[in-house]
Amino acid sequence: MQTATGQTEPLDDSAPCSLRELCVTFVIEESVVIEMVDIGVLIPLGDDPHSWKFGAGALLRLQRARRLQRDLEINLAGVAVALDLLDELEGARQRVKTLEQHLALLTAKD
Amino acid sequence: MKPVDYYDVMGVAEDAPAEQIKKAYRRLARQYHPDVSQEDDAEEKFKQVGEAYEVLKDPEKREEYDNLRKYGAFNGDQFNPPPDWEAQGGFRRGSGGEGEFDARQFSDFFDAIYGRSAGFRSEPGSGGFAVRGEDVHAGVSVTLAEAYAGTTRTFSLEMHRYDESGRAIPDVKTLKTSIPAGVVNGQKIRLRGQGQPGFGGAENGDLFLEINLVEDKRFVVDGRDITLALPISPWEAILGGGVEVPTLGGNVKLTIPENASAGQKLRLKGKGLPGDPAGDQYVVLKIVVPRIESDEDRKLVEQMRDQIAFDPRAESGA
Repeated sequence: MQTATGQTEPLDDSAPCSLRELCVTFVIEESVVIEMVDIGVLIPLGDDPHSWKFGAGALLRLQRARRLQRDLEINLAGVAVALDLLDELEGARQRVKTLEQHLALLTAKD
Repeated sequence: MKPVDYYDVMGVAEDAPAEQIKKAYRRLARQYHPDVSQEDDAEEKFKQVGEAYEVLKDPEKREEYDNLRKYGAFNGDQFNPPPDWEAQGGFRRGSGGEGEFDARQFSDFFDAIYGRSAGFRSEPGSGGFAVRGEDVHAGVSVTLAEAYAGTTRTFSLEMHRYDESGRAIPDVKTLKTSIPAGVVNGQKIRLRGQGQPGFGGAENGDLFLEINLVEDKRFVVDGRDITLALPISPWEAILGGGVEVPTLGGNVKLTIPENASAGQKLRLKGKGLPGDPAGDQYVVLKIVVPRIESDEDRKLVEQMRDQIAFDPRAESGA
């Protein structure tokens, strides 16, 4: 049994990481990340690889991309499409849920 | 220990050719992949399918499994290995391509047949092999009040640690962490180094918490904005005036404009979830019509009907 206190760090884009940091964190080759950017799996800020900055969303997308690649044997172009569609689907589901709740607010009997 | 029927899990016949097993795996993996599936037990099912495929795709493991099956080791609900049978210890899983460390946990049943599966031992002589610990993902349910004010949570997480010989041993880790004020639904929080331990001196993985905001009885939440339905009387709608309105930070006074209409939205700037910028609170007016019981009241309403020139259907043409 281990007990620990965790330092929380909200995942937002306030502390973006560089290509180098991303590669160290995820034990991944630079060439793989560059390919992911080329295909559109990841969208960094900045023009050339040396100045790239990856936000919080990119970290999660990278993890998801690697799982999809590994488990479903999808190529990178397919991963990019799948991730975009999953994001869109998630946004649409959230939207529907919020609208339903708004509707319920107005129509509910007190 | 309950035996697992891998053929059943994959939905294939015992004599299914390798190609068919691969096909079944691909279909099931797509169906239950936790990143894709909406099913509640997707993760569990995905693990089972992964384990079944791990065995059935490998001719040696499949043969071993088939033999145990054939010789009656799976007696009803019990797995009884033959007396002279020994698990192969230190089995290393995965193809090891790109040095990827596969820390997926398999069932006790799998471990009993193929040796402990979690983690791995470094290849003899390879020496100094170090791998970063796997990231762990967990969900946290938070009420709206907690999201507004911030809170703390204590988690018990199933982790593993390594013993001297590099074997992974299951362990439970208790972690206390603060949830900052102003978290929104679906937000991820990272706890650096609180994931699975690294191997061979490498750093630990991270723990990612995803905030699941519990539905609130009064407020509808949309990002940092919140909406409240406020019931008002017909005369409050007509005459306007001040009313007390609940917000996350306590009641505030709100002025209803004269001639307000049902569904009209009023904004209380910055009264949503805190942040930069803070969200707003919207108040949607809901006009509640009283039930008139006495003759006196009825007369009053009749007087309104006769005196006020109003045709609510004039514009719609209904």
